[in-house]
Amino acid sequence: MTDLAINTDLARQILTGFIKSEITRAGFTRAVIALSGGLDSALSCALAAQALGAENVLAVRMPYKASSADSLAHAQLLIDQLGVQSETIEITDMVDALIARDPDMSKTRKGNIMARARMIVLYDRSEDFKGLVVGTSNKTEILLGYSTLWGDMASAINPIGDLYKTQARQLARDMNIPAPIIDKPPSADLWAGQTDENELGFTYEQVDQLLYLLIDQRYLPEECVEAGFEKTFVDKVVTRIRCNQFKRMMPIIAKVSNRTIGYDFLYLRDWGT
Amino acid sequence: MKLNLALAQIATHLGDVESNLEKHFDFIKQAKAQNADLLVFPELSLTGYVLQDIVPTVAHHPHDDDPVFKHLLQASQDLDLVVGFVDEDSRHRFYIASAYLSGGRVLHIHHKVYLPTYGLFDEGRFFAWGDSIQAFDTKFGRVGLLICEDFWHASPPYLLWLDGADILLFSSASPGRGLNDNEKLESARWVERVNKSYASLFTSFVAHSNRVGYEDGLNFWGGSTMFDPRGELVTQAPYQTEHLLVSSLDLGLLRRTRARLPLLRDERTGLAQRELSRIIASREEGWKGHND
Repeated sequence: MTDLAINTDLARQILTGFIKSEITRAGFTRAVIALSGGLDSALSCALAAQALGAENVLAVRMPYKASSADSLAHAQLLIDQLGVQSETIEITDMVDALIARDPDMSKTRKGNIMARARMIVLYDRSEDFKGLVVGTSNKTEILLGYSTLWGDMASAINPIGDLYKTQARQLARDMNIPAPIIDKPPSADLWAGQTDENELGFTYEQVDQLLYLLIDQRYLPEECVEAGFEKTFVDKVVTRIRCNQFKRMMPIIAKVSNRTIGYDFLYLRDWGT
Repeated sequence: MKLNLALAQIATHLGDVESNLEKHFDFIKQAKAQNADLLVFPELSLTGYVLQDIVPTVAHHPHDDDPVFKHLLQASQDLDLVVGFVDEDSRHRFYIASAYLSGGRVLHIHHKVYLPTYGLFDEGRFFAWGDSIQAFDTKFGRVGLLICEDFWHASPPYLLWLDGADILLFSSASPGRGLNDNEKLESARWVERVNKSYASLFTSFVAHSNRVGYEDGLNFWGGSTMFDPRGELVTQAPYQTEHLLVSSLDLGLLRRTRARLPLLRDERTGLAQRELSRIIASREEGWKGHND
């Protein structure tokens, strides 16, 4: 087993510095975060509160009628602990209005609608609260594409996108995120009983080990098999990473001019700041 | 003889030369207040690092009539300065550069000779490659300047040493990477290790001025250092935060260290040159064979 442990003091220093720097140089002082009751959003919220001050963070809970009651309660635990501002905005009406047009739609479609409805609410709160949206996607889910494009992936800055799920869990523990949030099985909570690990077909512990070799250590798939991973597992993960590249990119632009955004018009977002 | 050396571990604004120049004057003022003789700024300290298409709009050439350098040259009447900038030559090639300013004059300009263009780096796409590594004389002795990737290769510090440099001044904008359970980032450990090694191998002073701050998702880790000719750490700035690091270097350590450890005296440059010539010739021979 590769040790994916991180120095949490150093991680916290870099990530809170990142949040503070990137929000203030964009001309803001505040952040909004979708707080699901799960570990990743709890961690992003805690980092933002530490970086900006709790009073400058708005945690938004956006339950759907099928969301678990625990999710709301766990989010509340964190809101109380951090002292951040909070709002609860039900998405049931707006989601059901769309689902009613095609009641037999798949669970995936419904889940995508919920994720994107939350994004709409969150960006509306962003404008009103004058705070940037802080992302909550970890490296594992970004690599696996286990997320909704323009939904839960949407954010202005993401402090935890280079931490694997197991590393996010370690940092969350270090930051005293309430135990029920850390200990429960990770879930997108789009329907009752859903868990990430059931849906993916493997555990985060397992896949993080493999992803670390493939991505960080640049192992070839066959070297991962030599290192002891099942070939079917390696193949499945490698395919997922490749097939989900589109979720990790801005839309590709067809080049016709001499200078094209994304190809030869190249500036960081921090340009001029 | 003592050298009161200062390293300006600053954060910069990307592409905003005016505000970065103000920051330079802040640190110059602080360094003067602490009686510094020489103040070294990090790589691209006047411009920021990931410049990409900003490059042609922030270039300057160290000269009396340059709107930025005229102020810096004036400030160099009080203490010597090393600043990082984009240099544009008369034929409009752009270089990552460091200039040594002293007594209102430009003593030396170094153009970065190794432009990392791999992984997260893309310097070779936007900049021209420097083509010279030379030491130069200052009132504190002979000095050599290198910029970041230059000292990830062993030959530039070696050449400066042979060219007479006893004080190696390195500047970087080094993005932090390699977080694991160690208290330092992998990139920080690597740089500290090689700096310490150069000081030891060359029985010379090695100072490294590294920047801090963020550019998009990149963090710059700071941790600027000074090592003495014994390879011992003299002092180090904190990580990830702006800092003015000032320390008095006892230049007599050069004599005392080299008296007991005559690595410079015994360095066989002729042997190195002969072997290099042979290696280069045999490689050329190999390529010729390959082409045939």
